[in-house]
Parts: sequence; C-alpha cells; structure tokens
Amino acid sequence: MSDVRKMRVLIAKPGLDGHDRGAKFIARALRDHGFEVVYTGIRRTPEEIAAAAIQEDVAVVGLSSLSGAHLRLFPAVVEALRKADAADIRVIGGGVIPDEDIPILKDAGIKEILTPGTPVDQIIKAFEDACER
Amino acid sequence: MTNKEFQDWQEKELDKSISRFPERKEQFLNHGADEINRLAIPAKVDKKYLEDIGFPGKFPFTRGVQPTMYRGRLWTMRQYAGFSSAAESNKRYRYLLEQGTSGLSVAFDLPTQIGYDSDNPLSMGEVGKVGVAIDSLADMEVLFEQIPLDKVSTSMTINSPAAVLLAMYMVVAEKQGVSSTQVQGTIQNDVLKEYVARGTYIFPPQPSLRLITNIFQWCSENAPSFNTISISGYHIREAGSTAVQEVAFTLANACTYVETALEAGLEIDVFAKRLAFFFNSSSDLLEEIAKFRAARRLWARLMKERFGAKNPASMMLRFHTQTAGNTLTAQQIDNNIVRVTIQAMAAVLGGTQSLHTNSKDEALSLPTEESVRTALRTQQIIAHESGVANTVDPFAGSYYMEELTDKIEEGAKKIMAEVDQAGGVVACIENGFIQRQIENSAYDYQQEIEKGERVIVGVNKFTVEEEGKQPGLRGDPGVEDAQVQRLLELKKRRNNEKVKETLTSLEIAANREENLMPYISDAVREYATLGEICNVLRKVFGEYRG
Amino acid sequence: MPVNVDIEKIIELLAKRDARGIAKAITLVEDNLPGVDRLLASLNPKNIDACLVVGITGPPGVGKSTLTGELVALFRSQGKRVGVIAVDPSSPLSGGAILGDRIRMMEHSLDKDVLLRSMAARGKLGGICGSAGAAVRIMASSGCAVVIIETVGVGQSEVDIVQLADLTLMVTAPGMGDDVQAMKAGILEVADLIVINKADHPGADSAALDMEAVLKERGIANSFTKVHKTIASEGKGIAELVGQIQLLADSFLESGERHKRRLKAHDMEVFDWAMEMLKTVVEKEIADYSAEKRQDPRLKANGILSQIMKNE
Repeated sequence: MSDVRKMRVLIAKPGLDGHDRGAKFIARALRDHGFEVVYTGIRRTPEEIAAAAIQEDVAVVGLSSLSGAHLRLFPAVVEALRKADAADIRVIGGGVIPDEDIPILKDAGIKEILTPGTPVDQIIKAFEDACER
Repeated sequence: MTNKEFQDWQEKELDKSISRFPERKEQFLNHGADEINRLAIPAKVDKKYLEDIGFPGKFPFTRGVQPTMYRGRLWTMRQYAGFSSAAESNKRYRYLLEQGTSGLSVAFDLPTQIGYDSDNPLSMGEVGKVGVAIDSLADMEVLFEQIPLDKVSTSMTINSPAAVLLAMYMVVAEKQGVSSTQVQGTIQNDVLKEYVARGTYIFPPQPSLRLITNIFQWCSENAPSFNTISISGYHIREAGSTAVQEVAFTLANACTYVETALEAGLEIDVFAKRLAFFFNSSSDLLEEIAKFRAARRLWARLMKERFGAKNPASMMLRFHTQTAGNTLTAQQIDNNIVRVTIQAMAAVLGGTQSLHTNSKDEALSLPTEESVRTALRTQQIIAHESGVANTVDPFAGSYYMEELTDKIEEGAKKIMAEVDQAGGVVACIENGFIQRQIENSAYDYQQEIEKGERVIVGVNKFTVEEEGKQPGLRGDPGVEDAQVQRLLELKKRRNNEKVKETLTSLEIAANREENLMPYISDAVREYATLGEICNVLRKVFGEYRG
Repeated sequence: MPVNVDIEKIIELLAKRDARGIAKAITLVEDNLPGVDRLLASLNPKNIDACLVVGITGPPGVGKSTLTGELVALFRSQGKRVGVIAVDPSSPLSGGAILGDRIRMMEHSLDKDVLLRSMAARGKLGGICGSAGAAVRIMASSGCAVVIIETVGVGQSEVDIVQLADLTLMVTAPGMGDDVQAMKAGILEVADLIVINKADHPGADSAALDMEAVLKERGIANSFTKVHKTIASEGKGIAELVGQIQLLADSFLESGERHKRRLKAHDMEVFDWAMEMLKTVVEKEIADYSAEKRQDPRLKANGILSQIMKNE
C-alpha cells in the first residue's frame, strides 16, 4: 500500500552512559507496534546521532540518558540537526530527568520528555504523534 | 545434641573462629531473656545435609562463609557515593564515616570509568555527574585527604582503567606512610560484565584480561589484603536478567578470570582467596535468599572440583550486595524505603559480607544527604533491631528454601554449560549470545508490567496523582569547567619530561608481555593523567566497539 | 511527513550528492511514492556502471557488520566513496523492525563519503530487490565507487538480495558449523568468496576445512571459492580480502560475468517492482469489492487481472 508511510525512528544514547536497558526496551516496543527502529548503540556524540538520523531519513530521534548529562546532550542533538538543515526531524528525550529540567529542554527544542514510569502506550503515542509532520 | 559431625565442626571450626574473633556479645538474648541459638541444625545430620547444606564456614558454604556469621561481626555497611569534585566527595566520605559507615565505596564519573580526561570532547556534560572526576593523582590526593588508608577499607567501582586507579590509591597510601601490604579494599575490575551489561569498556577482551591478571599478580606480591576483583552480577541483573541468569553469567565470568590467571601461571590458592563477588538483591525475598545460598555452594564446588583448589578460603564466595536500583520507582518515592528494606533483609539472610542500600530518591536524581541517611539507617535497624543477625542462616532446612536453592544452582549450571558449549564467555559476548539472553528476560519482565500481570505498587496499581516531585540534589554545573581548569594547571605544574618518559616506558612494556602495574605506578607518580595512560594502552591494545 | 513530497527538490539535492537528498530519495523508493519514476530516470548511468556492488551475507553473530565497517575503512583509505545498505528482516507480526547494523559502523558516521542506510525487508510480495536495487543505484549515481549490501543469510529473500551484487562474500566464524550446514544451499551457491571471520578463535582452521569440504561436496568449488580468514575486530586480513575482491571484480568484468549478473539482477528487480505495483492495484480492487456482488474468489481474481490488462 503505497500511500501508507512507514514510521521510521532512531533510538540513540548520547554521552558515555552505558545503561541501555530502557533504550532497548523502547526499541523493541516500537518495533512491536510496527515502527522501523534504527538503533545506534551506546556512547554516541550528538553529531554522530544527527548524521545517522539524516542518512536513515527518520522522522523522530529518541534519546536516552541516565547519567544526568541530558541538559548538555539533548539540546546538542537538536542543534546538530538544525546545523545540518534537518530541524524537521523531531527529538524526544527520556531518562532520569528532574521535573525542573523539562521546561528547559522543551525550550531547547526537545518535543517531548518521557520520565521513568511512563506507560509504554504513552511512549508509543508520543512517537506516533511526532512522526506525523 | 551428640552429633559427631556437629561436634567436629564445633571443635575444628567454631572454637577456633571464636578464639580468634570473639562474638559481638557474651550472650545473645531475646526479649524474654531466652538465649538465641547460634545455629539450628536438623535432629539428625545425614549425608545429604552434609553434602548440600553443611555447616557455616565449611564446604560447600551454603550456610555462609564464617562459622558465626553476624554474631562475630556485622556485615560492612558500605554506601556507594561520590559526586562532582574530589573535594566534595571527600566531604561526603568524612560525613559517612562520622555517621558510622564502616567502609567507603567510591563512585567515579563516566569519563573516569572510560579512561577519558575531563577535557576530552567526549566527556562533555558527563564530568562529575554519576561520580567523582579523577584525572590524576592530584585529584586522588584530595579525595582521600584526612582519611587514614590503613584504617578505612575502600571499594572502588572501576573496571577498564582499574589498574590506573589502583596505582593512584596505592601511591596516596604510600604518601600517607601506609604500606601497600596494610591497604584494604576492593576494585571492581570486572571487565567482562561491562561488555554484556554496563558499557564502560575500553579495550578488547584479551588485553583487558591481561590487565586483570597483571593486577592479580601484583597484588598477591604487594597488597595481599586487597580484593583484586569484584565479579559482578549486579549490573547483569540491572540490565534485566533473571536471578538464575545473574548467578550463571557471573560465575561464568569468574571461571574465565580464573582460567586466564591459571594460563598466566598463577597458583589457584594464591589468587583465588582475593576474588570477591557483587550481587544484586531484588524484591523477591525468598528467591534472593536462595540465590545467594546457591551461588555460594556452586562456586565452592566449581573451585574445588573444576579448578582443584585446596585452600578452603579459595572456595568461599564472599560478596558485596546492593539493593536493586531498577526496582525503585519515581512514583510515591517513600515506597522505595520499604522495597529497600525487603531487599536488604534478603541480602542479610543470604549471608552478604557487605551491603549498600539504595536511597529512596535515586529514580529521580542523586540522593540527598537525608535520604542517604535513611538508607544507612535501614541497615542499622536490620542489624540491631530485627534480630536476624543473631543466628546463622535461619532459613536452612525450610523445604521451600532448600528446594529453591537447588533449583537455582541447577538452572545456573545449565546456562553455564550452554556458554561453555558455545565457545566460552568471550565468544558468547562477541556474538551477542549473553546480551540477547539478558535482553529477552528484560523485555518479558517489562511486558508483564505493561500488561499488569506483574504489579508494581504505585506504578501500575494503587496509583495516586502526585504533585510535582520534590527536587533532589543535583551535581554542581560548574564542576566541569573547574575540573578542566585544574587539569590544565596540573599539566603546567608537573614535570612533563618525566611524564613523557614514564609513558614511553609503559608503551614498550605493553608491547611486551610484562606486568604493567609498576609502569603505570611510575607514570601515576609523575602525575601523568588517566587519559594519557589509557591512550598509551589504546594505541597498543586497540579499542573495543560494542 | 507530507505525502506530496517535493520531488524536484530531492532530484536537485541528489544531483549535489547531498546526504539528505540521497536519504529522501531512498525513502521515496522504499515507500514506493509518486514521483519515483522521475527520480530514478534522473540517475547517472555512467556512475552506476562504474560502481562495484558487493554482497555480504552469513549467519547472525559472525561479525558481518564489523567486517563491513572494516571494508568501508579500507575502501575509504583508497579514496573511494562507499555506500552500505544493511538489510534486516521485518517482524512478520507487527511489520516493524530493529535495524542495528549501524552500531558497528558508527565511526564512519561523520564521513560525508560514507553512505549508510538500514532497510527492513518489509515482507514485500516480490522480495525487496526492487527497492534495494534502486537504493544501490541511487548511491552509485551519487558517486559511490563501491556499494556493499549486507544481509543476514537466513531465507530466500536474502539469497535473492545478494544476487543484486556483482560478487558476494559468505561470512562465517568458528563454531558456526551447524548454522552453515543449515543455511540455504542457495547462499553457498551464490558465494564467490568465503570468509572465516574471528579467525583468532579456536576452531578457525577446522572451520576453513569444513567450508572447503562443503563447497567441494556440492561441486561448487572453483578457483575463486578460496576460504579467507579475517579478524575484523582487529582489522586483520582485510587488505588481503579487498585485494581478492578487486581481482575477482576485474576478472568478472573482463569475462562478461558481471554483465550477465547485472542483467539477471535487472530482471529480478523488474519482477519485484511489477509485483509491488500489481499488489497496489489488486488491493484497491479488493477494498472496493462490494459485499453484494461477491463471486467465486478465483473468478474475481481473474476478473481483476483482465481489467488491469485491458487498461494497458
């Protein structure tokens, strides 16, 4: 069916944090809801993530960070996409993120922030919404 | 009781132990002033009991590694801590020591754990975040200022660059006038689980195993009281494995370290008694207790039967425990105190040697001083009020507990056999076999929660609307710049000629088969940075890509 | 994403070898969107002809992605622009997929002359040779001297896809004997070079002997089906392997074998596209099939096809 676009997203872990249980779970859950999920593994720089997102032509980049480096790293990904003329690729962030950081990240262009305990249906919905441009 | 084996144990093991280390009290009494039995045993001690359960402090160590367990000495209450700068962490350590903690446990930030200096572009945003940033000996000197290293035992969560941090620690001790033979503590040094679960690897498996063996050898000659490795199931479990997988993959890793050391010509009974373990304690109380008992028995059997150890100390699985971080919820965080209590109870009933209890707010942020104190108090309440420390292995002989202990041992043996069959741990890491098994368990578990088949209180049942969560402690955002500044100043201050010399010697040694510890120590003494030393090794060994 | 894609803009970006343009063009092909014909007609046939297309297949866990990454590094050191198309299966239940091949090739992420695209097989009726073949040509047209198609060798569609290549490597590793035996005989038949990766692991020599025996037994051993050993994680054996690839590619070009293979690939792509297009029409017919006028399914199918043929 040619009029249905496949939802393609990229799940990435910026920074040095190696705890990828959450990222892998989200990747699998998205796959099980029909998404094509590009997974780029741990320890990626914002520039690498942006370049991969462009080459894979994904609609959304999902970032996961548990080390507390999100305030530096998530906006850096948005910025790298913008520099590459790909600001239309949306960024969703997740991880151990204090409430007071959420407005800061949203101001920096992160479309949605998902914190621990968010039900998986809500996560999938957030990705679906972000895929609709 | 006139049981011959029991009498035998009392005479040979118990009396000897008590004469060397008296119990904490003359008498252990309950509220009614009745004496509490040190060790309850079956009316008739039969062959099966002796083979599978036995007496504490005696093979197969199912009931514990010491004859009197916590009646002799309580477990070490060791709270993992470390954040921002060395100076800040030093303050926290001194606070914890004042509060009655009995050992330090150092958390390093991710750049340190992966061998990058704070000014490396890859360190951006991560400096001082999950632990303390250590770039050189200068930082380590600040970290342990006014902490007597002959009295305090320190556990360091450091793996791939463990040799460098160990060398720094020993040099700090040396500068305090403490001989390396007096120094007590543990380095995690367990790289295999980094490839499968935790992610702070640097080098490929083979050179990593060489560094580990170098440490085994160096410590057996220079620091005999130092635990050279803490073989960790904790992170495997955190990554989503089952209890059985945690035991299986941890002991499979342990066997790989033993084999590597034996191949390097080390004597089993020289290094094996310095191997320590580190497990997770999750919320299924009975399963966790059984897991610890099964792991202890399985290790004892492996060491005796597979590796031919003769010294009972080589067969003892001594372990640190941390309560399960992944069970902490961001919702209704006070509930986490209850979870931690159950998990800590399981660790104590399972016979742990040391314990870290998580703080209630860790799913949200770094723990506050107050929540760290509550976590420590949890251990103290278990130790001093609950009564479980007054008798040894009280669950032994329970039909359910013994059956579960057997099941976990069998299950773990089966998985270990599969790994052996598939070419061993290193091959199974490289082809992703172990990672896939863990991922599958993690996925199934999470699905059960999502479908509501597994109840997590406050998350998928018994939920409440919560106001904005209270802000927790956060790292100082200025720490990165300050740390980079310190590093730049150090590079100007030190003798850069000497640094270059020692790094060149290290490179030459790395290209040969020499033990690298003396070369690393020389470089550390000259204030070569962690990143500089690791870069020399990266050049020689290459880097592992996940 | 808007369905009315700005096709002219993509064609323009593509001509400039722009990463985004290339990526969008491949998406157009994968999703079979309107305008694909115009896009494909704009490609540079000279570049496509000059490009070497290498297929890499083998069982899971043998280090194909790592090997691919190393091959890319070597081709890059020769100054060549390289494309990689990594194909993974789609989940038959959800239609989704996890595409993880980039993990081992991330060091090339920031290199503008390395194009890397992950594709899911998507359970297409005719296989994915159509879209993968078009993706190869898009990359080649943008100046890639080499395009590598990497896929897990587990099923028929994988056998088909490597036939898009000018030559194919079959990768295995010590301890994979059973998997190799169980693999489709077809894969071994299309393999031009056999690679034993992880050659530092115990059992590498016997794995090499096993492979040679398998080839002999099936009567498909020839002068080129020599077994190569690599340790991709350490970059060992890669230069030799690339030398062999080059040699073989040259000989295929000279003997006319390459021409023959490209014709065959062409036919396969035509078939896949035809089936894909047919599927679209048939699905529409079925969707519009009113409940009242139901007839025998085979009769109806016949009717739909006659209708389509009349429209020609």
